[in-house]
Amino acid sequence: MMKDQTTARKGWMSLLAKAPPERLAALMPDLPPHVLLRSPETGAVMVRGRIGASGGAFNLGEMTMTRCSVRMDCGTVGHAWVQGRDKAHARRAAVADALMQTDAAADLQTAVLMPLSAEADRARTARAAKAAATKVDFFTMVRGEDA
Amino acid sequence: MYVAVKGGERAIENAHQWLAEERRGDLSIPELTIPQIREQMKLAVNRVMAEGSLYDPDLAALAIKQARGDLIEAVFLIRAYRTTLPRFALSNPVDTGAMAMDRRISATFKDLPGGQVLGPTFDYTHRLLDFALMAEGEAPFAAALPSTQAGAEGDDAPPHVPHVTTFLDRDGLIETDPATDTTPPDLTREPLELPADRALRLQGITRGDEGFILSLAYSTQRGYGRTHAFVGELRIGRVAVEVDIPELGFAVEVGEVELTECETVNQFKGSKTEPPQFTRGYGLVFGQSERKSIAMSLVDRSLRWQELGEDFTGAPAQDEEFVLYHCDNIQATGFLEHIKLPHYVDFQAELELVRRLRAEAQAQAQQQEAAE
Repeated sequence: MMKDQTTARKGWMSLLAKAPPERLAALMPDLPPHVLLRSPETGAVMVRGRIGASGGAFNLGEMTMTRCSVRMDCGTVGHAWVQGRDKAHARRAAVADALMQTDAAADLQTAVLMPLSAEADRARTARAAKAAATKVDFFTMVRGEDA
Repeated sequence: MYVAVKGGERAIENAHQWLAEERRGDLSIPELTIPQIREQMKLAVNRVMAEGSLYDPDLAALAIKQARGDLIEAVFLIRAYRTTLPRFALSNPVDTGAMAMDRRISATFKDLPGGQVLGPTFDYTHRLLDFALMAEGEAPFAAALPSTQAGAEGDDAPPHVPHVTTFLDRDGLIETDPATDTTPPDLTREPLELPADRALRLQGITRGDEGFILSLAYSTQRGYGRTHAFVGELRIGRVAVEVDIPELGFAVEVGEVELTECETVNQFKGSKTEPPQFTRGYGLVFGQSERKSIAMSLVDRSLRWQELGEDFTGAPAQDEEFVLYHCDNIQATGFLEHIKLPHYVDFQAELELVRRLRAEAQAQAQQQEAAE
């Protein structure tokens, strides 16, 4: 049960982190009362790769990241780490993370997470479809002496 | 004697004001916006992110605008900004096997599982100027076909596409790169010390100047250190970045970056300990940076001569001190350009010295003349 909860939470935190900030703001314009445990703060995460894709780690370079932690009036704590420098995005994502641990989860799932997930799927599928259209079909030429 | 000199404040201020005016250019032409640069100058943005060593397309676009399109100046701005950011965490190593790919080609195997996907490439274009781009035309439109890459419905992760090198690995024909858990050294935290291990070299090269890395790679192809490289695989796409969140105790995918990865397959005749087999060079760069990633993998392979028991021929691309101490364009341009700044006192000393030497030489010549 704990494991399922963790998997689910990883899923929504990731969706909120990768969501376009303006979309999340449009889907979730009003935030219920909360206090900031950690004000939105922008920093960097060092992105690492693997040597030869499979070997030891190496430092590729950093990316910007903004994090925030909030506590709702009911005491539930929410955290967010989101890509980029948008502080409102981090705060909104932290509130959403907290709400997803409360009775409000089902509503939030329908109103915010499902549309975000569907939009991310559509964007990914559209790009993959363009890539698929550039896939090479080889055909072998018949050599003269074989004919 | 050292004499402090002050002055020029007004000249500097006016110079900067003029710079701002020149940056804007002709006011009858609409001003560039950051989103325009980000979307339409994407490869320049990618280069600034790679060499600035900070993935943030908006900031890279801003830097390009501020630098008037001088990409090294833009990289400089990004590097300076980067130093102001607290480091939150190290990511888990990204899984390029799970990349959502725009492009994936192999020069070694025609029929590879997953296929050859060209993506939005300049390859096979005729390099003729397209005058239609000077006129406002209709928006271009890319063809689309149903893809297996997008995964099954409701499954948001792209399928794992094995790397080409794993096919050679199955037959033991290529060296393996076993995974380790060691934390790699970080040249942004500790001064670069030699000898550098492969992880440190890759960090240096991936943020190194594209032109410099390109020329070094080219030099190995022309015979200054040999790499005999085939592009085993080149892939471009987006990978998830996963970070262990300390306050939660588990890892979350907190973002996505576009990467270009190149794996070369290189000839290797074997050594005392290793049988003849193929060896590998590796390139991984932020953004769609194909030239850089191919060049990176050639230089990576070239620098591995010692580990593979090859001869050092004195080629620049084999010399890690030469490569790592000269590939950073911010270090290079900082040292190069500082010589244009006031050196009045240094030069005064040189001038005195030359005058004294000339006087001495003259006196000596006169003495010799008198003696004869």
